[in-house]
Amino acid sequence: MTADIRLHGLSHRFGPFQALQGIDLAIPAGTYVTLLGPSGCGKTTLLSVLGGFIQPSEGRVMIDGRDMTAVTPAKRPTTTVFQDYALFPHMSVRDNVAFGLRMAGVRRRARADRAEQRLALVGLKAAADKRPHELSGGQRQRVALARALAVEPDVLLLDEPLGALDLKLRRAMQDELKAIQRRLGTTFVHVTHDQEEAMAIADRIVVMNRGRIEDHGSPDRLYRRPASLFAADFMGEMNHIPASRRVDGGVDTPFGPVPVAAPERAGTDLVLCLRPEAIHPGVGAVRLGPARVTDAAFFGTHCRAHVVPDAAPDLTLIAHLPPKTPPAPDTVLELFADPAEVCVFPAEDKP
Amino acid sequence: MRALPWLALALAFAFIYLPVGTLVLFSFQDGRVPVPPFTGPTLDWYAAVLADDDLMEALLNSLVVAVGSSALACALGFLAAYGLARHALPASGLMRGLLIAPMTVSYLIVGLGLLIVLNRLGVGVSLWTAGLGHAVINLPLCFAIVFASMGAQQHNAERAARDLGADEVRVIVLVTVPMLAPALLAAFFLSMTLSWDEFIIAFLLTRFDVTLPVEIWSLLRSGLSPKTNAVGSLVFLVSVAVVLAAELIVFGRRRR
Amino acid sequence: MSLGTETRAGWGFVAPALLWTTAFFVAPFLVMAAMSLATLEGRSLVWGLHLDNYARLFSQGYLLRAVAVSLEITVTVTLVSVLLAYPLAWIIAFHVPKRWQRLALLLTILPFWTSYVVRSYAWLLVLAREGVVNDTLLALGLIAEPLTLANTRFATVTGFVHFFVMLLTLTIYANLVQLSPNYARAARDLGASGLQTFRHVILPLTLPGIVTGAFLTFVLCIGDYITPQILGGNNELTVPQVIMVQLGRRADFPLASALSLMLMGIVTLAYLACARWLRLDRL
Repeated sequence: MTADIRLHGLSHRFGPFQALQGIDLAIPAGTYVTLLGPSGCGKTTLLSVLGGFIQPSEGRVMIDGRDMTAVTPAKRPTTTVFQDYALFPHMSVRDNVAFGLRMAGVRRRARADRAEQRLALVGLKAAADKRPHELSGGQRQRVALARALAVEPDVLLLDEPLGALDLKLRRAMQDELKAIQRRLGTTFVHVTHDQEEAMAIADRIVVMNRGRIEDHGSPDRLYRRPASLFAADFMGEMNHIPASRRVDGGVDTPFGPVPVAAPERAGTDLVLCLRPEAIHPGVGAVRLGPARVTDAAFFGTHCRAHVVPDAAPDLTLIAHLPPKTPPAPDTVLELFADPAEVCVFPAEDKP
Repeated sequence: MRALPWLALALAFAFIYLPVGTLVLFSFQDGRVPVPPFTGPTLDWYAAVLADDDLMEALLNSLVVAVGSSALACALGFLAAYGLARHALPASGLMRGLLIAPMTVSYLIVGLGLLIVLNRLGVGVSLWTAGLGHAVINLPLCFAIVFASMGAQQHNAERAARDLGADEVRVIVLVTVPMLAPALLAAFFLSMTLSWDEFIIAFLLTRFDVTLPVEIWSLLRSGLSPKTNAVGSLVFLVSVAVVLAAELIVFGRRRR
Repeated sequence: MSLGTETRAGWGFVAPALLWTTAFFVAPFLVMAAMSLATLEGRSLVWGLHLDNYARLFSQGYLLRAVAVSLEITVTVTLVSVLLAYPLAWIIAFHVPKRWQRLALLLTILPFWTSYVVRSYAWLLVLAREGVVNDTLLALGLIAEPLTLANTRFATVTGFVHFFVMLLTLTIYANLVQLSPNYARAARDLGASGLQTFRHVILPLTLPGIVTGAFLTFVLCIGDYITPQILGGNNELTVPQVIMVQLGRRADFPLASALSLMLMGIVTLAYLACARWLRLDRL
């Protein structure tokens, strides 16, 4: 019911286009992993390679310690929830869910029972006799999930499964997917371009860009200490402050030296990254000095403000300020940041 | 195993092109019968076709009937499609069904019905009656094509035009027709090729002046002749040219 | 906006086409229906409500025979055309690279635009006693004597199949490419073999397209006069050929009308038989 996945040196090209390049990744059994990245980053290609729909140009796919690189989708311990669900329109919901069991030669009675169990798991037992076109988008999504789970795969692959749902339903389904994964213990690999969705469900996030893995790890590690500038930007809103390396390896900024170490491989020009919520009025180890608020908007949990620091008048920073007192435009605030929330990357990584 | 689909494709194309290829090849036959062995090539038969006044007249007749009946069918079909798509009318389903109905009936039956009525009314058959028959069978097609392409996008553009002060006539002329131009052109070209090629209605509803297929039919009665091959090849060439032109005009524009 | 004026304006747009269809399609059809109930006495027409013409369809052997011939030819043509067109459409949709598919389709249907009469004539050339096929087979030593191919039912069926394979390839292809490739992927993913995927998923999903194309083939084939007349010879006559004989030689309009109505009856039955899968609006 669950298995680990190991990918060794996967590469794939479509004609001249390098879709995947040098992918090495280990996914422990029973984890919920999301592949996160912009469109065209290779995440869906990687999922197709896992499902066996694409033969990689190079590299190996190991599932449960067995080499699956050349095994057909039918013989793999994986099933896929497709982006368009691919529910068979000419079959009832029950027959859709039972399809995999029917192909495996399970008897009619037994497979109907199993299908209904699976439908109960996703809360759709009552819809068993309906046709897919009679269901709402969210319900179709659940049927697709039940169908893929009915054959008890070791690994479930989900290709942007919530992309077609509206925001509210998407949030509800995220919780439900996570709960189902916890109950079954099956390894879930979930492709999305929505960073919030990835953080909401994943044990581990794999950030991809241009066919490569930029970073992977737990959501909070990726958010706080991203391994690359791309990952830092993709995981959430980020302030970029131009900086430079000092002779002693420290970092100079328009706000003075910052007590963090410059990255090893970098040249002189650096980018210092600061999340909006790491900037605050009051006391902190890094002083940004006085800054003028150009505008501010109330967001409930915080107040999102654009500020122009006196020390760097060309720069506009975004700061999440306490929501209690939204500052009026032209207010001047004394701002600070915590060095623990600061990351530094080579400037040449900027796109 | 990999070659199997390509082999099948080659065989299918061989089957599809066997009659056309034979037709065209033996139109260059230097002899009296268009069967192997091939002798030639010669252009004598093409010269004979071009010198045949009956054939040339029939060709012109066909063209006139095709253009006239297609234009009429397109105009009627467009108006009906506009009325049904943009106005809430009672029994619109029934009307759509009625307009489509001639498509489900054999041409032979459409022609026979018209022939009976014309006979009863004492109206003699002519190119006019053949054109009338062709407009009857092409109207459903034009209506269906135009109706199917009247989407929400056009509707919103029409609303915008009306909102900006255009009256209905101007909306149709300045917005609807230009936006539907590809569909209208497609309907017109398709009608033209069907009418141009139609035999049975033209056969039943003409007498002295006939269309090209009817003229070719009477040519056939005198047996196999490379002259018939030459006419057939010419018709094929013209039709393919029209189709390719339509493809380029209609689809080339859509692709851009 | 008052619905009244809106409706009136709408009628104005629809009326010309409705009047046209009513005057030149519905009315002639009703007259033909009335004609089928009339009789000929000598050369003169007697209107009435007689069922004589319909009785003749069943009492006169050659009429019944024509119905049987028409049905046999039409069913054969429909089946053979579907069985040839499906693989052809499949190959174009799934084996030919995407950028060449449009060209492949265009090539498939290009001979469509040989004149209808000429196309049958061309098959006559191919199948004639001295024609290309016999010539080739003789040269290859596969036969000793030329085969009689022209003026047979085989020739009629071949001519029809040629025409309808082109048509059906187009409709089936359209059906195949609009299927999301994820249907087949999902089936394979859930353990179905290639054959199972085809049988349980692809075939049922393309059935409406197949049935629609087959119905169209049926309707066009059973009502066609030219192809059997040119290729089939006079050994056996189809219903349209008999209708034309009645019109031409004997001016028996009542019998021709009755035969026409019966053709329509057969088409209606065929329609009802496959109405479940028909998607005429998708054509």
